[in-house]
Amino acid sequence: MTITAPIQAPAIIDTVIDAVEHPADGVASLILRRADGSDFPQWAPGSHIDLYLTDELTRQYSLCSPTDDLSTLRVGVLRTPDSRGGSAWVHDQLRAGGELRISAPRNNFPLVDSRKYLFLAGGIGITPIIPMLRAAEAQGKEWTLYYGGRSRDTMAFAQQLEDEFGAQKVRIIAEDESGRLDLQQILGMPRAHMLVYACGPGGMLGAVEDFCMGWPPGALHTERFAADNLGVGGNTEPFEVQLALTGTTLRVETNQTILEAAEEVGVRVLSSCRAGLCGTCETRIISGEAEHRDAALSQADKDAGDVMMVCVSRAAAGCSKLVLEL
Amino acid sequence: MSTTTQAPVFREDPFDVAAIADPYPFLERLRAAGPVSYLEATGSYAISGYEEVYEVLTDFETYSSAGGLGPRDIRKDEAWRPPSILESDPPIHTLMRRALTGVINPGTVRALRGPFTPPAVELTEQLATLQGFDVVKDLAEKYPIRVFPDAVGTPEEGREHLLPYGNMVFNAFGPENYIFQQAFAEADVHTAAVMHACQRESLSENGFGAKIWARVEDGLITEQQATLLVRALLSAGVDTTIFGIGNTLSVLAREPEVWAELRRQPNLAKFAIDEALRLESPFQKFHRTVSVDTELGGVHLPAGTKVLVFLGAANRDPNKWGPDADKFSFDRSSSGHVAFGMGLHQCVGQPIARLEMEIVLQQLLERVETITPAAPAVPIIHNVLRGFESLPVTITAAR
Ligand code: HEM
Ligand code: FES
Repeated sequence: MTITAPIQAPAIIDTVIDAVEHPADGVASLILRRADGSDFPQWAPGSHIDLYLTDELTRQYSLCSPTDDLSTLRVGVLRTPDSRGGSAWVHDQLRAGGELRISAPRNNFPLVDSRKYLFLAGGIGITPIIPMLRAAEAQGKEWTLYYGGRSRDTMAFAQQLEDEFGAQKVRIIAEDESGRLDLQQILGMPRAHMLVYACGPGGMLGAVEDFCMGWPPGALHTERFAADNLGVGGNTEPFEVQLALTGTTLRVETNQTILEAAEEVGVRVLSSCRAGLCGTCETRIISGEAEHRDAALSQADKDAGDVMMVCVSRAAAGCSKLVLEL
Repeated sequence: MSTTTQAPVFREDPFDVAAIADPYPFLERLRAAGPVSYLEATGSYAISGYEEVYEVLTDFETYSSAGGLGPRDIRKDEAWRPPSILESDPPIHTLMRRALTGVINPGTVRALRGPFTPPAVELTEQLATLQGFDVVKDLAEKYPIRVFPDAVGTPEEGREHLLPYGNMVFNAFGPENYIFQQAFAEADVHTAAVMHACQRESLSENGFGAKIWARVEDGLITEQQATLLVRALLSAGVDTTIFGIGNTLSVLAREPEVWAELRRQPNLAKFAIDEALRLESPFQKFHRTVSVDTELGGVHLPAGTKVLVFLGAANRDPNKWGPDADKFSFDRSSSGHVAFGMGLHQCVGQPIARLEMEIVLQQLLERVETITPAAPAVPIIHNVLRGFESLPVTITAAR
């Protein structure tokens, strides 16, 4: 039997909500099935989907279902008190049996091959990590998860993960029992051939980034989420990039990076990690606004908007054209 | 299932002057002996295959830096100076590295393009009026010493000690041969001057040095560590970059077509620099200490022995770079080269070094139409660095 996967996954998928579960206080978990009954496209740990909640409201959530069962997709959504109300909409409006449009899975947080892994999750940041644990376990890698949260009842999937993998590998640190994650203890002694994957609120990731400056360059991979949004990049539209030095203009498609589009037309760009980690592909922005998706620039540099990492970052929503010093 | 064999024995001395003056035929013979071989002359193991060098650099648990980068274990006999960031393992290394990376990173280095450019303009303007010059003496040795100490914030007086001091530090990564002894001839004077420049009181307010000292206040590092970190910048940041500039131009002076292409597209300068650094890596070799019995390239390595890591051999390994590994190829992607090391100790100063090299090359490209060797380059006799004492070129100025 041969399985032929579609060359390019459809950009938009109609789904039906199979069930809405509540794995922890304030967390809703949606289980989605394809409206036409077929399987979802293949996806890899770290991927997310867009939920098209209303015409104005699109939110990104990480997938936390098993990657080998493509009949359903699962996301976990924390209710947050935010004015734009993405999570409130999910919690209040979505019910089993309802319809929901989503994007095909995309991945800005891929699990890079390594001998050992250290996973760090803060609160709902556990979601993209879950498929990573399963992948690491299936490949027989050495790994540990530190999962911090306010209290056990707010920590989605905590018990399930502990049961599945054992308390040796899954360290649940509930603040009301044992305080916050002790990052000095966890990250103070870098290990060889170990990658660090962290997902959680900005404050936690800032501290993790600081500790990981003492790790080998490129060891840390993060996904940051804002109040209501697993901050995995809003703009999914294609855009144009004018290469000021080369004198050409390119179109960067949804499934392409600026780096790839530039290389496709034979323009040389210095790159190394191609994952927004090392800073090698830093490129000056002459005009236009970037949506920064890298872990190399500081927040101050991202806000200043003078440079971008073209291996991952894109044009910001509403900016149809970037002019770059390339 | 792997079979461990006795290491092939290699009888030539890597610190012999002939091997230093013309390293590449030597490195080829070394690689031919096997990616890991036993060096009779030094009692250490030579690591010369790309894959094996990469493994040593990235497995910092098995291959420790705390024994120092030289041939002796500095923990066993009295080292001539307290250990630096280069000579430490986690968790001591971790705190120093955090302090340094917080201060030197792409964001802070970007701001240096402004102050780093005018001296390069001035130097290259003068040189472009001549028919020829010495790349090393007239350009490479002049530029970093004008911009880098300012970026660190060290006082003007005493800067003449930086080069000889760096020369000492790096030569000590090799044996105490006559090269070493020459470098250490006036060791006390140079050390005292550099140590003085590293003190908090000596450093200007806005430089990297003062920013490192600021981490003492928030408790990340000790005062002694701050001194050592500033000293690490001063010792690791000058010679290496001088050789980086000289070596790059030594390669490009033999590639007239690439020079012409770069003049048309100066934004490609960084690719040419990268490929030149692969081919003529300034930091050729240093040691690690094996911390537990292990196996590499099929060879058993006992705990406590030193391995001599040949970056320069890895960067020309045909298994990694193909049959033309010994040639400059502007079309090749040189990323993955280990001229700046790899992993935990990977060069902190890389963005600064790259910035300096790019600025100098671009300013020269703007003013110099052709550049060709005027006489054979004279290599420096140095235990671990590769560079030239003199590199005369003939030029035609751009109109
Ligand atoms: C072309 C110029 C340069 C080359 C080829 C170079 C090469 C290297 C290499 C190979 C290492 C790794 C050593 C090891 O693994 O033990 C290293 C480390 C280091 N370099 Fe550079 N370097 C250059 C310029 C600079 C500059 C400009 C600075 C200062 C700003 C600097 C500061 C350092 C420091 C502090 C370390 C130690 C890092 C650690 O141990 O964590 N280097 N360099
Ligand atoms: S190539 Fe590493 S950040 Fe882009």
